[in-house]
Amino acid sequence: MRWGLVLLAVCLGFAGPGAATEPLGDTEAGAKLFSKCKGCHKIGEGAEDKIGPHLNGIFGRAAAAHEGYAYSKSMKRAGADGLIWTAETLDAYIEKPRALVSKTRMSFPGMKDPQDRADLLAYLRAYSDNPADVPEAEPTATGTDHDLDPAILALKGDKEYGEYLSSECLTCHRADGSAEGIPAITRWPEEDFVIAMHAYKQKLRPHPVMQMMAGRLSNDEIAALAAYFKDLEK
Amino acid sequence: MSFNRRAFMGTGLAAATVLSAPAVLADGHGKPRVVVIGGGAGGATAARYLAKDSDGALDVTLVEPSRTYFTCFFSNLYLGGFKQLSDIGHTYGALAANHGINVIHDWAVGVDRGARTVTLAGGAVLSYDKLILSPGIDFVDGAVEGWSVAAQNKMPHAYKAGSQTELLKAQIMAMPEGGTYAMVAPPNPFRCPPGPYERVSMVAHMLKANNPTAKIIIADPKPKFSKMGLFQEGWAHHYEGMIDWIGEEFGGGNVSVDPEAMTVTIDGEETAVDACNVIPAMKAGRIAEVAGVTDGNWAPVNAVDMSSKADADVYVLGDASQQGDMPKSGFSANSQAKVCANAVRGALTGSKVFPAKFSNTCWSLIGTEDGVKVGATYEATDEKIAKVDGFISQTGETGDLRKATYEESEGWYAGITADMFS
Repeated sequence: MRWGLVLLAVCLGFAGPGAATEPLGDTEAGAKLFSKCKGCHKIGEGAEDKIGPHLNGIFGRAAAAHEGYAYSKSMKRAGADGLIWTAETLDAYIEKPRALVSKTRMSFPGMKDPQDRADLLAYLRAYSDNPADVPEAEPTATGTDHDLDPAILALKGDKEYGEYLSSECLTCHRADGSAEGIPAITRWPEEDFVIAMHAYKQKLRPHPVMQMMAGRLSNDEIAALAAYFKDLEK
Repeated sequence: MSFNRRAFMGTGLAAATVLSAPAVLADGHGKPRVVVIGGGAGGATAARYLAKDSDGALDVTLVEPSRTYFTCFFSNLYLGGFKQLSDIGHTYGALAANHGINVIHDWAVGVDRGARTVTLAGGAVLSYDKLILSPGIDFVDGAVEGWSVAAQNKMPHAYKAGSQTELLKAQIMAMPEGGTYAMVAPPNPFRCPPGPYERVSMVAHMLKANNPTAKIIIADPKPKFSKMGLFQEGWAHHYEGMIDWIGEEFGGGNVSVDPEAMTVTIDGEETAVDACNVIPAMKAGRIAEVAGVTDGNWAPVNAVDMSSKADADVYVLGDASQQGDMPKSGFSANSQAKVCANAVRGALTGSKVFPAKFSNTCWSLIGTEDGVKVGATYEATDEKIAKVDGFISQTGETGDLRKATYEESEGWYAGITADMFS
């Protein structure tokens, strides 16, 4: 009896809320949504790289790890930092590509509706390892909903505070916007900046320094930085 | 800390304020004056942020003896052949031109905290409302038996970058085939905790290409060191059999040197060496002691604004300060300088003072494109600068990640030097 309880607790602990056997989304709806992608990406039997890499076997693969495709520097850096394509990271990427990989060459602006993204992911998922053969844990589990609270996006940043906080960023990032070895953070749209910083805070974006730095910034502090860097001229 | 002295200085300060006030006004501008001593990662950053952010409301003077400043960080990469010496040299012209900082190339030799003046070796006397000391390190006399600063040309420390670094490199290049390079490593606390071990990696890198049968011995008074697992993994991988680290338990702390005979004696065993890098125990740069703000080897400060515990109008940054958990590094000094500049500007102009936030990351290069890093964030408590969160590179990382880490360190170097000197 006691063992039963312990085992139950352990199972719940590993599976996490809502990750059981729920499908990602509706594959048929996802197939229709894929029309937005297919100008650049091919998927299915015999798919080859076009403008973008083919998407067979994308789940569980490291970013920029598909051999033979010339990825952007930014995507390669994300891969080296440890970005793995899971339901959760793909969901974040499709929602707003540049918020996850700053200078990705994927010119897709993003897909706002969470249900659309889930459907599209369900479609993509069908061309990775057969779900029946893989336990419903990462990378096949449903992503947690990482959508930022609209109240966080609506916060108005205090630029003066942002200027002070920015000094910590400028030990590594350049005020003039140059990006040798370390990405540029000036002149970003505020929303992209806020989403990117929260993605580090939630450890969706890989990078130990940035996860640590973002991890201790409050919502107001992230808004303040976004407001300051948005207008920083050389 | 001598509280008698502190109480005495307090009285002196009150009396001196009356005397020094007319002197400031007599100069004709009445702007609050900040004097910064030391133009490294702490001092240059503090001066730059004070001048930049106050829009001319403050009179900022930076006193630094060197016209060209060679950063200690990345000087090991020069030893390894990854950088030219000129790559790590910086001048102060932009601080004067872009921000109106009065840059004086001279040594500060005296501080009168009562009169609030600084005396320079050339004889000039500067008065201040706030004094920021960022003098870096000096060496503890007699720390390594047989070595003194007088012997630094025979056995360089190369722990203040520039001519010493050049000299050490020349000596390593001149080693005979199969010769021996010895390092005497310092006890804690010291500038740049991974520095000696990155240096050994860079020396090994150079010797492997030019003198592959050469040997490296490190006599270390410590039982362990920064990023130890990462360095040892890297040494085994890149420089197998070349490096012999003699830690505390094997007598690494029981060392004497003879610079004339070029021998090193470790735990009673004498070894003839061809190049010897002695990095002695360290203390705050001498001007901190002269100013009377040190307690033992270092200058205790309040974490919230880096003000000296001995004098509220004096601030101590970087390696010279005793602040708590932050390592003595260029990154730390730069981080502390920004907190300090914000507090000093607030005190003198009434600008808003924001809460202290500190951070540090130290990158080290082990071999070609094999970079590692360690870092942490910190906050101010009543007691000290206290660590909040941290990370360190892992052993067994992919070559791609190590390369990205190295490239990131290059980006950081460009970033921090722009943040200090542009």
